[in-house]
Amino acid sequence: MTYLIQGETGDWEVVVGLEVHAQAITNSKLFSGAPTTFGAEPNQNVALVDAAMPGMLPVINEIAIEQAVRTGLGLRAVINRTSVFERKNYFYADLPQGYQISQFLHPIVGEGTVTVDLADGTSRDIGVERLHLEQDAGKSMHDQDPTRTMIDLNRAGVVLMEIVSKPDIRTPEEAGAYVKKMRAIIRYLGTCDGNMEEGSMRADVNVSVRPVGETELRTRVEVKNVNSVRFVMQAIEIEAARQVDVWEEGGEVVQETRLFDAHKGETRPMRTKEFAHDYRYFPDPDLLPIRLEEDFIEKIRASLPELPDDKKARFISELGLSAYDAGVLVADRDTAAYFEEAAKGHDAKQVANWLTTNLFGALNKLDLEIGASPISATHLGELVGLIEDDTISSRIAKDVFEEMLATSKSPEAIVEDKGLKQITDTRAIEAIVDQVIADSPDQIADVQGGNEKGIGWFVGQVMKASQGKANPGQVNGLLRKKLLG
Amino acid sequence: MSDLRDWTIASAADALTKGETSSVELTDAFIEAIEANRSLNAFITETPELARHRAAESDARRASGDAKGPMDGVPIAMKDLFCTEGVRTTAASHILDNFVPTYESTVSGKLRDAGAVMLGKTNLDEFAMGSANITSYFGSVKNPWTPEGANADLVPGGSSGGSVAAVAGGLAIAATGTDTGGSIRQPASFTGLVGMKPTYGRCSRWGTIAFASSLDQAGPLTRTVEDAAIMLQAMAGHDPKDSTSLPIDLPDFRSACTTDVKGLRVGIPDEYTLDSMPAEIQKLWDQGAQWFKGMGAEVKPVTLPHTKYALPAYYIVAPAEASSNLSRYDGVRYGLRVPGDSLDEMYELTRGEGFGEEVQRRVLIGAYVLSAGYYDAYYVKAQKVRTLIAQDFKKAFADVDVILTPTAPSAAFAKGEKMDDPIAMYLNDVFTVPASLAGLPAISVPGGLDANGLPLGLQLITRVCQEETLFRAASALEAAANFTARPGDAS
Repeated sequence: MTYLIQGETGDWEVVVGLEVHAQAITNSKLFSGAPTTFGAEPNQNVALVDAAMPGMLPVINEIAIEQAVRTGLGLRAVINRTSVFERKNYFYADLPQGYQISQFLHPIVGEGTVTVDLADGTSRDIGVERLHLEQDAGKSMHDQDPTRTMIDLNRAGVVLMEIVSKPDIRTPEEAGAYVKKMRAIIRYLGTCDGNMEEGSMRADVNVSVRPVGETELRTRVEVKNVNSVRFVMQAIEIEAARQVDVWEEGGEVVQETRLFDAHKGETRPMRTKEFAHDYRYFPDPDLLPIRLEEDFIEKIRASLPELPDDKKARFISELGLSAYDAGVLVADRDTAAYFEEAAKGHDAKQVANWLTTNLFGALNKLDLEIGASPISATHLGELVGLIEDDTISSRIAKDVFEEMLATSKSPEAIVEDKGLKQITDTRAIEAIVDQVIADSPDQIADVQGGNEKGIGWFVGQVMKASQGKANPGQVNGLLRKKLLG
Repeated sequence: MSDLRDWTIASAADALTKGETSSVELTDAFIEAIEANRSLNAFITETPELARHRAAESDARRASGDAKGPMDGVPIAMKDLFCTEGVRTTAASHILDNFVPTYESTVSGKLRDAGAVMLGKTNLDEFAMGSANITSYFGSVKNPWTPEGANADLVPGGSSGGSVAAVAGGLAIAATGTDTGGSIRQPASFTGLVGMKPTYGRCSRWGTIAFASSLDQAGPLTRTVEDAAIMLQAMAGHDPKDSTSLPIDLPDFRSACTTDVKGLRVGIPDEYTLDSMPAEIQKLWDQGAQWFKGMGAEVKPVTLPHTKYALPAYYIVAPAEASSNLSRYDGVRYGLRVPGDSLDEMYELTRGEGFGEEVQRRVLIGAYVLSAGYYDAYYVKAQKVRTLIAQDFKKAFADVDVILTPTAPSAAFAKGEKMDDPIAMYLNDVFTVPASLAGLPAISVPGGLDANGLPLGLQLITRVCQEETLFRAASALEAAANFTARPGDAS
């Protein structure tokens, strides 16, 4: 799907690259043993080295290395056997060392690919430039005291993976899909919880525009700290439109860092001081280069879970799902896991259907994540099973589903308690059918007079009389036989 | 023993073992000497109570048969660059002049655990930046040595100036030092002591206030080579808290202190002859070579062609790392804070007031050589030079086992000399810096006196992790030189 901005002088193309900052799941920080638990009291999760006390030294957390490699493998990326931590020097009150330990010239992960799925059913490959490890900074709190700024170092030193895309993205939709896919992949891998609200995943968006047909890239602008998929898309739309205006008015887009303001629907420049740094990068002499053994990488590769793209392909080829359903189900690891559990031994298509139409709708209304669903995966599977073996009809199943939602009981128990079992005993159904026929001479005349559709009315009456429990197929057959011969 | 300068670690250990003295008795004597010699300004912080307490503990251990080894009960001085739990640690800087660590550096902790009795924290050049101990916020240190027939105060060398003044002046049996470009070896040479810088990575840097991380190494300052071996044994060893610490076991250094150098190949580098060098130093160097020949060693010339680039490369790499290492002293979390109207102003006022001139100079040089547009021309090139210098040594060590050089291009000079010209001051390190850049172990051994009766040292350098070779050669050199002079003997 193309996305062009119609300017006064012609159509403009948007070129976007994304930097995703993902907090790696680790128990301790990148270079210290301090815990990384969210929501601790200020300055509780701080080791001496996190506070940059004199003489303290960083020691690499091997789990962080593993998580970076795991993520790299999940992005189908090159794992660099040697990588180097460097110091990015700048002064800020919540940066205790006066430098951030990051990777610059030699990142741990090189080029990779993320396949994004678009609404029109097509997919596109977006290139990943690199992934590197770095420390997070602490937090400056300006609202705790009327005159002073308070510093919380709990986040200082927490493990961040910065994943930089190539400037391959051409539409806000692709950007949104990229962030969603990235989140899905890292969640599958268990390397980041992808929680954008808590800030464990955030994005900087690099945007430039150029007239359609131009091959050179024009000056890009970095839009900082965009913290939701929707904001990523909005920020691109707004910033691209701004740049088109600037160019068309004869101006020049300057390379700068801007902040996205979702309330005002604008981007605005950060004060020059906030970004005009010469970071004076140089290799951190306190740390040795990281050298990875082939063994180490292969062990991680062997432990990788099935990732969304592979899972989707399997759902389509083995379970016969549509590409759309498969895409929806694999988008989130918990959903996919729920589906697979529910579909065990049952008709996968029906399970998918119940999941995407009924359960998603219900959860949405209740504002619940799939992990908190009142209906367990096993129970949903059982419900489909009850339909499959004709224990209940699809119509009754809907009632059972509502009851399951309300009580979390198993469908079998609900069917049992409420006596909802489908009547498949021909003689029992026949008795009801006969009663309905006996009570409805006018309608018989109508049907027998040529209006075969009138059968439907009889079916409805029988179902009603049986409280929905009669097998609709059998009812239909019996009625046809009795009324039409 | 009436002259406290007669004590060595070995002799004290011996006397303690035999019960001829106690640690408390020894410690009290040294505390008295420290109090009587405050004019040397060797100590920034004296810790007599702590010392007496640890001495008493040592005596108690010994009484119950639990003495720990040769350092147990021996009174030593600690360079004030090692963080010491509960004892103010300043790096001789105003910016840390009220800083009391809650933790103990690995090196000082190991010495403490070996039973050594810390008498106090010794003066140094601010953040170990200097070669004369004149940049300390706590004032300069006086060399116990004075030139014959003159009354001028001499510098003790630096940056471990307080440590050498303490040992040479009889205020401690031994002391710790740190060496980034010569800060152990040059002051040892200026005060007639043995100063040993081990292989980079032998001693943990954890808890030692950083100057230049890729160069900083702790080491002992002692009266004898054997003492250096004993003390290094206690200081060194792998530390998982320092990623650059060598993950290998220590050999027994003391048993390497034989004087048997028969067949040892001693290299004399062509490039260490300087035009400006006093004839006496050249003479002593030649004498050193003769001594080795006389003991059956094979002496031959070697070439270290990139030597002349070592000093400039050092004065790029060390300030670069220092500029970054010292960024943490920002007034936010500890140490000096000079309030300002904005965060930036607080930084400027705190660091402007907290750092002395030499530290500021190096921070500026360091920031400059790392800045965009200059990084490749300076820092990257200096790192290449560093590689070439290491290769020079590697090639030379294919032919020889140790390299013999003078330790410093001059004897101790008067306070006030070379102070207007930082470059002249930097030249003090010309012979010591190459081994630092290459991470090699090196030792300075007193060789003799100059015409003014001032001590001159000779330096031995060897391969990475070959400290045993170094101790053997140094023991031989020590025996041949038979250096017995003491400050004040001549006057």
